[in-house]
Amino acid sequence: MSATETIPAPDTAARRGPWAEVFFSLLRSPTFLVGLGIVLFWVACALFGEHFAPYDPLADDIINALAPPSGEHWFGTDQIGRDVFSRVIVGSRDILTVAPLATLLATVAGTALGLFTGYFKGIVDDIVSRILEAFMAIPVVIVALLAIVALGTSKATVIVVIGLSFAPIIARTVRSAVLAERELDYVAAAQLRHESALHTMFVEILPNVIPPILVETTVRLGYAIFAVATLSFMGFGIQPPSPDWGLSISSNYGMIGGGFWWTVLFDALAIASLVIGVNLVADGVQGALND
Amino acid sequence: MSLSLVTLFLLSIMVFLGGQVLPGNVGRAILGPFADQRAVDALNHTLGVDRPLLTQYGSWIWNFIQGDMGTSYIFRSPVAPFVLDALVNSMKLAAVAFVLVVPIGILGGVIAALNLNRPLDRIISLGGLSVTVLPEFVTGIILILIFGVWLRWLPISAAWPKDAGFFTQLYYLILPSLPLFLVLFGYIARMARSGMIEALDSDYTRTAVLKGLPWRTVIWRHVLRNALLPTITVIATQTGYLIGGLVVIETLFRYQGIGSLIFTAARGKDFPILEAGILTIGIVYAIATLAADFLYSVLNPRIRLGTDQ
Repeated sequence: MSATETIPAPDTAARRGPWAEVFFSLLRSPTFLVGLGIVLFWVACALFGEHFAPYDPLADDIINALAPPSGEHWFGTDQIGRDVFSRVIVGSRDILTVAPLATLLATVAGTALGLFTGYFKGIVDDIVSRILEAFMAIPVVIVALLAIVALGTSKATVIVVIGLSFAPIIARTVRSAVLAERELDYVAAAQLRHESALHTMFVEILPNVIPPILVETTVRLGYAIFAVATLSFMGFGIQPPSPDWGLSISSNYGMIGGGFWWTVLFDALAIASLVIGVNLVADGVQGALND
Repeated sequence: MSLSLVTLFLLSIMVFLGGQVLPGNVGRAILGPFADQRAVDALNHTLGVDRPLLTQYGSWIWNFIQGDMGTSYIFRSPVAPFVLDALVNSMKLAAVAFVLVVPIGILGGVIAALNLNRPLDRIISLGGLSVTVLPEFVTGIILILIFGVWLRWLPISAAWPKDAGFFTQLYYLILPSLPLFLVLFGYIARMARSGMIEALDSDYTRTAVLKGLPWRTVIWRHVLRNALLPTITVIATQTGYLIGGLVVIETLFRYQGIGSLIFTAARGKDFPILEAGILTIGIVYAIATLAADFLYSVLNPRIRLGTDQ
């Protein structure tokens, strides 16, 4: 390692070049900017929502239960009189903690798995890839249902279930990128220097496969939000009294036949906007890195 | 082809682990923490969960293959009728969604490709993409609000009155099938669009145009046949996805399908129903994948079953 690292200056300069280009092309992409705006809005709500929400999102007020939207309660109140507007604002917090953590777990596990299977190829790769492919065919909802019945409901279970369900997908992307990289001269050079396999994988190859990992991670984040919201709606994710969007819809949708549309519409729109925002960001990142 | 069997095996292991091993003491879970230990042991023995794991797995699979799916912990009656009734209901819902989405999705993709980069293409592609990424229960809620609560065109629950005829059932299934339609539309339209673009750009299309064939014939005979092959694969892979969607949609619309059956079983810790339901879904998925492989090889003379490519 020491002998080769004596000339780092041109190396880092060469690497900073393309990343700066990616950064500037992101700034020129309207898709990315709109998506980023939406996501940042919800992140701000998650971080500081309590300070600008007009009411306490958990405070009930039975006398004013199920009040339609008005000047006092912009989005109306739910069945025990909680202010829907305040709940929607603060409701971004849990989903924006659980989904990114699940994505992080998927990325770390998937990257490691993809590096190993792509680098070693051969029988191990064949077997592992087959099992992962078979695993990917099982819907996340089913995996989650089983895991949660067996392990009980908690945010940690949701993170682990989604993280492990998404890891094979990231592993597949990383693996195919590694398969191309490992044939290049710098890998052969590292092997000739008798670098360990771990060093070659994580220090030599990994930096060169960051772009596809980045794209896949942003795409997965969109799906993770999808999955977390769905599990909350099913009652298998975030638990009451959290003002989480999916959870609010699940506890209020039984009454929409009575015309109480405001108890679910705004939560649904909030989820929709966040999912679309993340997907726009993913689209922008993909476009910028593929240029 | 062998892959779907691996999936099925993996699923059976997961179901077995999740349903019988991880929850620990099944008898204790059913009878509660205050039940007498002897009662728990007796129940475990009746249920057969005190045998070695491999024996349990083997007899579970063997019985399942023979049509004996076990006895429901909650209803104290055989599981098979519950699962089969629910499966029929789910098939009805999935059929409505598929009958709607396959032609419309393909049509959407074809129209988008024929209007490449024009506004119509943008609307179809972007619209399809945005509804595809939304969770089914979100589009479901919004559709219920629009068509069920405000316009009052469609019933908001899928539970039709007793002895309802075919068209009444269909009427009740339209709204629940729409969220599934929206998610699948994006995928199918996108595949059909990219298949069309590739086929339109190919040498054989240029040859067909240059030898003076009418545009209509070129599209029908040469472009579509080649363009739609990959779409078939996508449609088949989406059955796995569709099943996940059914769990959510059936819960949202209170529909007695296999999705809501395993959901209720999961909440009530009724493991035999949960296990049988999930395994049945796995079998349906495997059959759908095999059928797609077969259809693909029939439609594409260049590919025959057995050549792995």
